[in-house]
Amino acid sequence: MSSTTMTQKQGFAATLWDYLTTVDHKKIAVLYLIGGGFFFILGGLEALAIRIQLIQPNNDFVSNGFYNEIMTMHGTTMIFLAAMPLIFALMNAVVPLQIGARDVAFPFLNSLGFWLFAFGGILLNCSWFLGGAPDAGWTAYAPLSVVSPGHGVDFYVLGLQISGAGTLIAGINFLVTIINMRAPGMTYMRMPLFTWTTFVVSALILFAFPALTIGLFLLMFDRLFGSGFFDASLGGNSIIWEHLFWIFGHPEVYILILPAFGVFSEVIPTFSKKRLFGYTAMVFATVLIGFLGFMVWAHHMFTVGMGPAANSIFAVATMAIAVPTGIKIFNWLFTLWGGNIKINSAMLWSLGFIPSFTIGGMTGVMVATAPADYQYHDSYFVVAHFHYVIVGGVVFAIFAGLHYWWPKMFGKILNETLGKITFWTFFFGFHLTFMIQHFLGLMGMPRRYAVYLPNQELELGNVISTIGAFLMAFGAIVFVINIIVTTTKGEQVSGDPWNGRTLEWAIPNPVPHYNFKQLPLVRGLDALWIEKTEGRKELAPAEPLDDIHMPNPSILPFVMSLGLFIAGFGFIYQVDHPSWLIVLFIGMGITLGTMFIRSIKDDHGHHIHKEDLDEEAR
Amino acid sequence: MAENTNLDYQKKKNKEEMKQQVITFALMIVFTIIAFAMVLSDLDKLFVVPILFLLAVVQVIFQLYYFMHMSHKGHEMPAFMMYGGIFAAFLTLLGLTVLVWW
Amino acid sequence: MSQDHTLNPEVMPSEPEKATLEGKNKFLGFWFFLGGETVLFASLFGTYLALQGSTMGDNTPEKLFGLGLVFIMTMLLLTSSLTSVYAIYHMKNNDFRKMQLWLGITVILGFTFLGFEIYEFYHYIHGYEFTFRSSAFGSAFYTLVGFHGGHVLFGLLWIVTLMVRNAKRGLNLYNAPKFYIASLYWHFIDVVWVFIFTVVYLMGVI
Repeated sequence: MSSTTMTQKQGFAATLWDYLTTVDHKKIAVLYLIGGGFFFILGGLEALAIRIQLIQPNNDFVSNGFYNEIMTMHGTTMIFLAAMPLIFALMNAVVPLQIGARDVAFPFLNSLGFWLFAFGGILLNCSWFLGGAPDAGWTAYAPLSVVSPGHGVDFYVLGLQISGAGTLIAGINFLVTIINMRAPGMTYMRMPLFTWTTFVVSALILFAFPALTIGLFLLMFDRLFGSGFFDASLGGNSIIWEHLFWIFGHPEVYILILPAFGVFSEVIPTFSKKRLFGYTAMVFATVLIGFLGFMVWAHHMFTVGMGPAANSIFAVATMAIAVPTGIKIFNWLFTLWGGNIKINSAMLWSLGFIPSFTIGGMTGVMVATAPADYQYHDSYFVVAHFHYVIVGGVVFAIFAGLHYWWPKMFGKILNETLGKITFWTFFFGFHLTFMIQHFLGLMGMPRRYAVYLPNQELELGNVISTIGAFLMAFGAIVFVINIIVTTTKGEQVSGDPWNGRTLEWAIPNPVPHYNFKQLPLVRGLDALWIEKTEGRKELAPAEPLDDIHMPNPSILPFVMSLGLFIAGFGFIYQVDHPSWLIVLFIGMGITLGTMFIRSIKDDHGHHIHKEDLDEEAR
Repeated sequence: MAENTNLDYQKKKNKEEMKQQVITFALMIVFTIIAFAMVLSDLDKLFVVPILFLLAVVQVIFQLYYFMHMSHKGHEMPAFMMYGGIFAAFLTLLGLTVLVWW
Repeated sequence: MSQDHTLNPEVMPSEPEKATLEGKNKFLGFWFFLGGETVLFASLFGTYLALQGSTMGDNTPEKLFGLGLVFIMTMLLLTSSLTSVYAIYHMKNNDFRKMQLWLGITVILGFTFLGFEIYEFYHYIHGYEFTFRSSAFGSAFYTLVGFHGGHVLFGLLWIVTLMVRNAKRGLNLYNAPKFYIASLYWHFIDVVWVFIFTVVYLMGVI
């Protein structure tokens, strides 16, 4: 009956089927980790190709057109298909455990969200083999993206549309989970910071992604159905794309960075053996960053010509975000201050994050200064800035989070030696790659160009940058080796290897698939730590032992997403020949058909009986 | 027996609410007629447009608070997220109407 | 079997849509979805407002729009909003047959609205040669109104599916939330239409 017992007994096919149909948030976290990790490697290879091309002036490692494809796909892959899913992996693995829930609010939709992301990502990358990838930059500005020949941008539009729908679903799921599924006593102001950031980020997803959805629809209509939204000869206006893209795009960077802040707010207190300094201020700052994040999108468009009034307003609003971010930086420092600090890999990533991200924040204020931005715009200075915040913030957080929660997800601690090698090579490689790019930008090197000319003093900087990129790649490879070594040779650890403070560490390893046999009673912030200070090892149960209701696994999310994947090809190729409309109808038919089946077939889930629970405990 | 009286009380309450909703509906119809009539009359554009907009907003508030029961208890979170959506929607509209070239 | 008992209590609670945890989750999740839809339609309205002047010289809003048809369509959709309120009223009173009846009226009104909209589009395309591709205004108009029409169609199919699926077994705590959120969706469609007739049609001809 239950799916976990099945996997233990059976072979590969059964395991595969189990993962295709799973609605368990812990297994979906693993799926997100695999998917996000795969695309992270892909995006990393694209980055290496970019850096090899730029190692010397007038290089011809790749052609100019191919360079455009690589550079577009690097950005798109890293943002949509690597960073977001890896963050969703951590959220899925941790948030239900942190709030004391047995699962998320919508397990079926959770699975659907993952499969939509996966098929969207695959569709986008199919373009490599089908006549060329998108080549209009990850921002796909019109009118370039409208007139770009071939089907590359069509794959961009359809791929992101499908994976974006998955993200929206995941956002709503986490919102409802955090509001409705908290354990007794887990008030809002007792929620761990990672849960808080997940909550705020989910709200940002809810309000930001619809703008992207519409933007992508308009671009799709222009490219595939002959409309004139961005076509000046029909009275269209390409600025609409820029607005819609950045109304989504700016909240998107906070969608990436806030969970990173959440991870560090968990790691730093645990390894400083102190409660988080200024918890209330941290929550307030998170909410404020989320709120302000919506009012600054036009700072990406200072050079569009919106006029001095608009530019000033957006410049001031942007700089205001430095205040809550500064509050956070100081709170982490004060948490460390006087703490009983233990330095391991997770902590190294967190400590490395603070100065790296602060540099990125500082250059952020620089580019937010509208008049100065006319100098920085579209130069390598901007490239350096956003890599400092996204790599120095988000990627560092993903590494820290994986080291920290690996024992919870897989029951083993990642190898410390290899972890430290990864950190030091990646950390130095990162600064080597991007610090110099600030200066390359100030010296006038424009971003997105496939070549630069000799004798403009750009050679040395680019060589240094490429060396750094290879160091980062080395670090990432060591991390992969680390995962393999840990999985094959690592030892199982207890459920609380770090002497943790929050609820997820109260669960034994391996985590039972119903998470909590009895829902715990939460008595304050750092729920587990409170019990520990009073000499107890676990939380008091909030309910008597009873039957546990769990959702049923289902293949429908996979089929639903597959239908959209097939329909995507129909949409793209119907411009070449109308017979492709058949593919479109088949794909949409599969998706709508599975939605219909889901609607009319009752799914009440199943119960685990308390007698079985007793047996398992024995 | 106690459950029965409770049920009767509920039914009565539902009935009263239904009466309110019919009144709301009547008002919405009246507002719609006013809006159409104002456009057909030859009033000044600067005068008509804000009133049209106001009438639309009032109608939407009626829909949300009465037809969709947002005035009831237990709608704090829905209201919060709706207002969040309206806030983002307002910014989007502002950006696309004010900050584009013609 | 125990399922059936918990989902079919002898006395229905006063808010059957929120009696189970699943119902509570659905209720909240769907409201949040509507919050997102607000931004979705705002993006479409913004695009329309930015492009409504880009008519390329002919087929302006003043020339195209006939207020008589729009008035009838508005009345149809407003009335269908009231009838779906009636349906939910009867759901709360646990009167399944009357709920089905009012939902049926809602569906008929909805399909009539959709018929008028299709006629309107057909009329513009064949009477005025005003299409999706003739100007940026045309693209924006058909996209905005068409997205709303698509929502109407989806809502109708959804409500019909629910009605047919549950016709024989009546109301219980498993399907009550489904009916409830379908009616929320229907009201939201009406909310969007209020802005469409105000911003697109009325402000278009003024």
